[in-house]
Amino acid sequence: MIAVQAEPFEAAVLLADFSARAAGAGAIASFIGLVRGENDGALVSGLELDHHPRLTERTIEAIAADAAARFDLIDVAIVHRHGALAPGEAIVFVAAAAPHRRAAFDAVDYVMDRLKTEAPFWKREQRSDGAHWLEARDSDHADRRRWEAEPR
Amino acid sequence: MRILFFGRLGDLAPAGPVPPGVRDTGALRAWLGRDRPELLDASIRIAVNDEIILGDRALGDGDEIAFLPPVSGG
Repeated sequence: MIAVQAEPFEAAVLLADFSARAAGAGAIASFIGLVRGENDGALVSGLELDHHPRLTERTIEAIAADAAARFDLIDVAIVHRHGALAPGEAIVFVAAAAPHRRAAFDAVDYVMDRLKTEAPFWKREQRSDGAHWLEARDSDHADRRRWEAEPR
Repeated sequence: MRILFFGRLGDLAPAGPVPPGVRDTGALRAWLGRDRPELLDASIRIAVNDEIILGDRALGDGDEIAFLPPVSGG
């Protein structure tokens, strides 16, 4: 399941649906990213997520395909919001089903590192000290580089 | 040509009609960058018809050109 949507999602429902379809899985790992309530010591009142509709969806599909090729997976799901979000709302849901846990853990970690550094989304935080466009941090790029070595 | 600015570049003035001499991405970036120096930064990538390009690409009238600042997904 790959989706880029303005509508809110219920991560528990997505995970239940994903689990029900993951026949034969021995492990399912999932991640939910949330809009933070503070950043750099300022209160966050909202987040706008700009995206490039076709390029964003295509990039996410490529990341999912790469994860499926790299890890021993049964299925992978990526759901990402765009538009206006409030603190505490879920931005992104990633899940991976695999015969064994290591592939499931690693695939979710890998997908998140690539989404952070490659998916064409742009975040603008509305904060108590004004509006701020965000960019991937140095630590996000360092996380991404962990996967540049050949798969084990 | 259709020219789109994403993320923080969305605050820039929209592009006017492209002069006839501007026929590739390098020339387009230079032309737009005269009034919008942000576009000249090497961190700004360009997508033509939904495909990120490296280096220069020839442009036609029907092309859609997107200017993409560094991303912040997830």
